[in-house]
Amino acid sequence: MAEKLLGNNFTPPDVRAKVTGASKYSEDVRVDGMCYVKMLGNPMPSSNVTIVDTSEALAMKGVLGILTENDVPPSPPPGYPILTNKPRQLGQPILAVAAETEAIAAEALEKIKVNYEAQPFSLDPLQSLYPGGPNALDEGNISGGRSIPLGVLKWTARDFAEAGETRLPMGEAPEEWSVGDVEAAFKDAAFIIDEPFVVASSSHQALEPRSTLSYWENGKCFVYGSSQSQSWMMPGLAAMLQIPVEDVVYIAEFCGGGFGAKASPYPTMAIPAYMSKKIGRPCMLRITRAEEYHIGGSRPGFQGQLKVGFDNKGKVTAIDCYIVQSGGPSNGSGDYTAAAEALALVYTPTNMRFRGVPVVTNKPMHISQRGPGQNQIACIMEPFMDRAAKQLGIDRIMIREINAPDHDVVFSDRESTVTSSYIRDALIMGSDKFKWKEKIALSGKRNGNKVIGIGVGQAYHSAGSNGFDGLVTIRPDGKLHIHSGVGNLGTYSYASASRIAAETLGCSWENTVIEHGDSRRGLPWVLAQFGSNTTFTTTRTNFAAANDAKQKLKEIAAMDLGGAADDYEVDNETVFLKSDPSKVMTFAQAATRAIELGGKYDGHEFPDELNAVTKAAMPLVAGLGLCGVAKDNMPKKGTVPALATGYAMIELDTETGKYEILEYTAFVDCGSVIHPQSLEQQVRGGGVMGMGMASTDRMVYDPQNGLCATVDLYHTKPLTILDIPSNLEVGAVNKPDPQSPAGVKGVGEPVMGCAAAAILSAIQDATGHSFNRTPVDPDMIVNAMAGRPQSFKPLQVNI
Amino acid sequence: MQKKFSSDRYDPLSTERDALSRRTFIKGVIAAGTVAGAAGLMTGCSGGDSSGGGAGSVERLVTINVNGKDRPVDVMPNETLAHTLRNKLGLTGTKLGCDRASCGACTVMIDGVTTYSCSTLTHMVRNKKIVTVEGVVGPNGELHPVQQAMIEELAPQCGYCTPGQVVSGVALLQRNPNPTRDEVRHALSGNLCRCGAYNNYINAIVKAAGRA
Repeated sequence: MAEKLLGNNFTPPDVRAKVTGASKYSEDVRVDGMCYVKMLGNPMPSSNVTIVDTSEALAMKGVLGILTENDVPPSPPPGYPILTNKPRQLGQPILAVAAETEAIAAEALEKIKVNYEAQPFSLDPLQSLYPGGPNALDEGNISGGRSIPLGVLKWTARDFAEAGETRLPMGEAPEEWSVGDVEAAFKDAAFIIDEPFVVASSSHQALEPRSTLSYWENGKCFVYGSSQSQSWMMPGLAAMLQIPVEDVVYIAEFCGGGFGAKASPYPTMAIPAYMSKKIGRPCMLRITRAEEYHIGGSRPGFQGQLKVGFDNKGKVTAIDCYIVQSGGPSNGSGDYTAAAEALALVYTPTNMRFRGVPVVTNKPMHISQRGPGQNQIACIMEPFMDRAAKQLGIDRIMIREINAPDHDVVFSDRESTVTSSYIRDALIMGSDKFKWKEKIALSGKRNGNKVIGIGVGQAYHSAGSNGFDGLVTIRPDGKLHIHSGVGNLGTYSYASASRIAAETLGCSWENTVIEHGDSRRGLPWVLAQFGSNTTFTTTRTNFAAANDAKQKLKEIAAMDLGGAADDYEVDNETVFLKSDPSKVMTFAQAATRAIELGGKYDGHEFPDELNAVTKAAMPLVAGLGLCGVAKDNMPKKGTVPALATGYAMIELDTETGKYEILEYTAFVDCGSVIHPQSLEQQVRGGGVMGMGMASTDRMVYDPQNGLCATVDLYHTKPLTILDIPSNLEVGAVNKPDPQSPAGVKGVGEPVMGCAAAAILSAIQDATGHSFNRTPVDPDMIVNAMAGRPQSFKPLQVNI
Repeated sequence: MQKKFSSDRYDPLSTERDALSRRTFIKGVIAAGTVAGAAGLMTGCSGGDSSGGGAGSVERLVTINVNGKDRPVDVMPNETLAHTLRNKLGLTGTKLGCDRASCGACTVMIDGVTTYSCSTLTHMVRNKKIVTVEGVVGPNGELHPVQQAMIEELAPQCGYCTPGQVVSGVALLQRNPNPTRDEVRHALSGNLCRCGAYNNYINAIVKAAGRA
């Protein structure tokens, strides 16, 4: 019997290089003749630029060239241009200079004469929706979501006047859906909460700035990038560079964090490529930490109104949610609609209305961040659940169990279904592990100025997809090569999801090689490494490819050893006759035969249904050995829900507003656990990020000049090792999802949201005050404890 | 106490002064005849000819001791150690996350003390012993117990902060072979990890302590 791989720990092949420093991130790569590129960023939130004179810069010794918008393809609004003379955010790249050194490039930038004509700008969506308010783009002020084109939307002055300062003005909503009879449900509700809320935009703050090295060789464009994804990058890069996908060589063996902001190709990646084409030298564009805050993307902020009705047993009977999303100067993300779906799934309201508007602003490009939409709304809704529990005299875990979705849940206007849901199990097992009953007895316990708060949070994310390609090769040396088109975000899912192919083919892990991180290795088309999807999506593709290889092994054995393919079985790195195991071929023999046979056996022929990226990879692997390649055509019905619960105990100082997180436990529904160590690591890491979301993560802009006050790590601080407990507890329900051949689901996203919500829930528990916003900082807590009004209005942003 | 020059951790009353504080760094840059601004922290590895315009200054040949070897290298007056290591000596294990002494990805040991190499002038470490992540392995390339334990505990996630965490961990065990979990936390407190892998780093260093 072959080695059991799934569910066991292993050492992913790239860890060693990370601890020795041998790992090469894009900024670590050096090539002969490499020069450096620096960008000129817009110094104000919106301007029309005239480049007056570049001659002095070009005349400088060591300056190699200047790239402007005329050298790159345009990207009309709401697209995000590579370079532009109409920058619509602070720091947006206008032009770039290449020079022998960065210092020379920086000095050359100073010598370029540029005129800036300041334009009106918008940093607060509500201000933009006010009659006569500024539009972030010339063409309008809303864009994004499911299907909202770029256009102008203004509410009436009456909408604002009626709302006053304590409610969200709720004018015309371009996005709206409802199920059931919301009004009637509120009439019958035993308890209603109806309050405005704010979730701040926050930067992803990956530790590795997104540097890119690029050069052209033999008609192909080589790009060393910092990205979460691998094959997913190819079509977008090809489109940006205006070349066929087979002429893109993309190398991203390591990625120093992305959290959503490096999921897909980003415009600055094209700058060194176009510069290199222009000057004929390899170009390195190093991105600074400050630049990363401008071009690195940030999570969309929300201003909203959430009205929730409960019956006397604690069931959520009605939700009415309005979200105004703050996006950047480009097509807005779907965070706000995803937030609505999260409400619909996690709390199973029988009646619900959602309205929303995605507003564009002159702030950084807003990109999905870990748990896009779902994590923002968890921060608001979870404390609401606690308030209802208190009001109705129900335990806070119990009220969540009462509302938890089952496997047969149908949610939102789309009547979506799920592949499996074990969040109730997670609540029961997680609260047990946390010793909820003992802990809740400590709630409100005082020690001088300090008071104990107990919190619980839940979060959800859709975590799996289907229809992508898998590719494996068995080489004449008998080794199984799994070609992974997945990126290397640091979750190790590229490796753990590969193990199903080895297990299916009865191949030892020792004799398995993972090909990844470089398109020259022949990598198939799979989805980006985002949205917690990799584990579900690519266990399916790798399973499909392994089964194709298995079938070919059997066919080759039948050809050479007699009988029919079905008479054979594959295990222990051999293919053998079931009735007479002495009739056997090793993988090495079968691979050699596959090369002799050619055609489909060694990858020279392949199914036409494969994606163009996979087809471009096939010539790179054809003839190397026996080739298993297939599209994942297995059935899939419903959303794959990653569900997570978190439990926190804090000690809050009522005089300073600071708190210490004493204990934290997370318990998740991720289907079967495929790799226990990486699960623990993801759940803990997401927990830390969530704790930051509750306390320190936010982007702040000066409303007068539109300048950014958060351009370094200590301005919007990621939590340090001293901010968190030294042992975060982790558990998983570990029940299989029926639509994955390995029973697995991803879970990287909601583990952040549940932690953020649990901390906010604990703060509410300790203070008795509902903040209805995140992050909550010590000033807010001090004001609340002293009974003073806050220094900001309920819907105010950029604080 | 770990010695690093992060401004928010600078304790003016401490008798344990770094030889290399932020103040001495800036003074050094000024003394070198240039401004402690962006240009001082930039990359250029074109050898002797980096003196385009006024931005670059004349390089001088100096010798620094890195990972036990004397390394002659041409260094600009305003050049940071991180820059020298990464771009002139090819030691790219030392990472740059912020270039402003706030993340710790560039942590190296200087005479056994963990220091942010992004904010240390190369000229100021000429008579000191520098150890980078590439230098903590044994004489035959065997992993340091801290590295081995980090693999076993699957401590790194994206891995970008990892070299800094390794150096901080190794430095801790050199001065305190049996640290408590809390002592490990304090020793790593100058190394940010956005992935939040802190618990696993603590687990690894505690595990390594028994073996180092």
